[in-house]
Amino acid sequence: MSAATRTLREQEGRAGLALISPTLVITLVVVVAPLLWAVMLAFQDARLINIRQVGIFGHYTLDNFAYVLSEPGFWSALLNTLVYTVAGTALSIALGLVAALALRDRFRGRILVRASILIPYVAPVVAVTFLWETMLNPQYGIVNTWLREPIAFLTQAQGEFLGLRVPVALLTVIAFEAWRYFPFAFLFILARLQAMPADLEEAAVVDGATPTQRFRHVILPQLWRVIALLAVLRFVFTFTKFDDVYLLTGGGAGTEVVSIRVYTFLTARDDLGASAAQALVLALVLVVFLAVYLRFFGGGERDQG
Amino acid sequence: MTRDRFERALFRVLRPVVIALLFLATAFPFLYMVTLSVRDIQELIMDPGSLWPRAFTLDTYADVLTRQGFLTFMRNSAVVAVSTVAITLLVSIPGAYAVARLRFFGRRQVHFLFLAVYLFPAIVLAIPLFVLFTMMGLRGSLVGLVLVYIAQTVPVTVYMLRNYFETVPRSVEEAAAIDGCSRLATIWRVVLPLSRPALMATGLYAFMIAWNEFLFALLFLVEKRESWTVSLGLSQLAGSIEVPTTVLMAGSVVLTLPIVIVFFVGERLLTEGLTAGAEKG
Repeated sequence: MSAATRTLREQEGRAGLALISPTLVITLVVVVAPLLWAVMLAFQDARLINIRQVGIFGHYTLDNFAYVLSEPGFWSALLNTLVYTVAGTALSIALGLVAALALRDRFRGRILVRASILIPYVAPVVAVTFLWETMLNPQYGIVNTWLREPIAFLTQAQGEFLGLRVPVALLTVIAFEAWRYFPFAFLFILARLQAMPADLEEAAVVDGATPTQRFRHVILPQLWRVIALLAVLRFVFTFTKFDDVYLLTGGGAGTEVVSIRVYTFLTARDDLGASAAQALVLALVLVVFLAVYLRFFGGGERDQG
Repeated sequence: MTRDRFERALFRVLRPVVIALLFLATAFPFLYMVTLSVRDIQELIMDPGSLWPRAFTLDTYADVLTRQGFLTFMRNSAVVAVSTVAITLLVSIPGAYAVARLRFFGRRQVHFLFLAVYLFPAIVLAIPLFVLFTMMGLRGSLVGLVLVYIAQTVPVTVYMLRNYFETVPRSVEEAAAIDGCSRLATIWRVVLPLSRPALMATGLYAFMIAWNEFLFALLFLVEKRESWTVSLGLSQLAGSIEVPTTVLMAGSVVLTLPIVIVFFVGERLLTEGLTAGAEKG
């Protein structure tokens, strides 16, 4: 068939595929194919030394999973990951909501405050973690000069606070998470707040609703969708996050999360199979959580429109 | 006092307090970063509580840039970031145009693929890429790193550009076609000039990802000091005791400043692109 007899529709289809192909090729080669390989590695006894012999048709086994799941370190890391993710997500969204409500109406200097709020999210993670490490340092950290007794925020697993035993380093890491990512929630919620029609609230004012009643019955119902979206996004990103915890504590002092174990097994222990197995379990747990979440919240969300 | 009057009064007081606290919590650390970067380490050790340096010095910057090698790291980061931006745009412009305008086989599935790539954990991807790059001898080379960054940014940039391309009126493109422009010529001469803000935003996004990224830089480059990016350089030197904290703070400023500038240059464009989906529902 020559080009002249091809229909316009066919030409369009071909052009579309041709134009999208560079995007597809790079995604398939750098993301999808390696991903499949990661799954295979999880079922093989692979190390960097023997990787060339392992091959595609090599010996498949469940040993990696059995080994990884039998280690108590894995389960405590999974628990840490969960606590860190749930608390980090909830706090960052709550803070973002407060910030968005406070900055909703104009005031002098709003542009400056808004810009300042965005910096923690925009700044490089290595710079902000180093800044936190310095500020919280027990010897010369500025925060500790304000306290009666210095606290080793990032290197102390347990501490006493008002008679309660608290996981100091884990709480610090969670606080960091809330501080660094609340701007993300702030941006989304503020955008939604500013797109809200004013007449609903005006009607509520006329009907005598107080500020908290207006928030509870007029504003919040319109925010649920964006909050639900934020909850999913932040949960997904935080659950597998590596940089923040690794840079703050290196996974020490009771803050080891699963992604740090994946890294340790990959580099220090040179156990590719066990590393991949843990990463796979982590991804699987994430998918299960998402499925449960969407099952319980996703459906209702759609009904409300 | 009625509940309404009480609440109004309460929030009139609370709001400025909250705003002040938020401003303090976000601005103070970065101001502290800058003031710490211009003093001598002795001053910090002797008087850790002071907010303002007694004697300003720029020796910290000279030290971090030359002796600690941050000039080289900055060059590496710039090379990586600029190539990522250029290739990402080159790949995602035709891709976004295809998704926005053309009906082709698998167009719907493409969206799903992009969403999956966007949400997919980098730590899972790190394992096979680490192995692959080790086997291919690409560890320590910036090329491999750029490749990974492109793959990570392309799904988002295609999405951002597509949203914008869809706002370009079809009639303009049709007019160009009637005047004898081929499809590529139409993109080049009509669509792209009309989409300059979106191209800016997309480029800035890719730049920020490439400049800030840490995990893959750590995995691929850590053994080869002359290939370190600024992020990796700072993280590696922060672990050693030989380099004074104030010098490293100067390094943090050097690392943070370009990104903050880039962000505020394109802030409006970037935040609108990022939250475009949120305004709909």
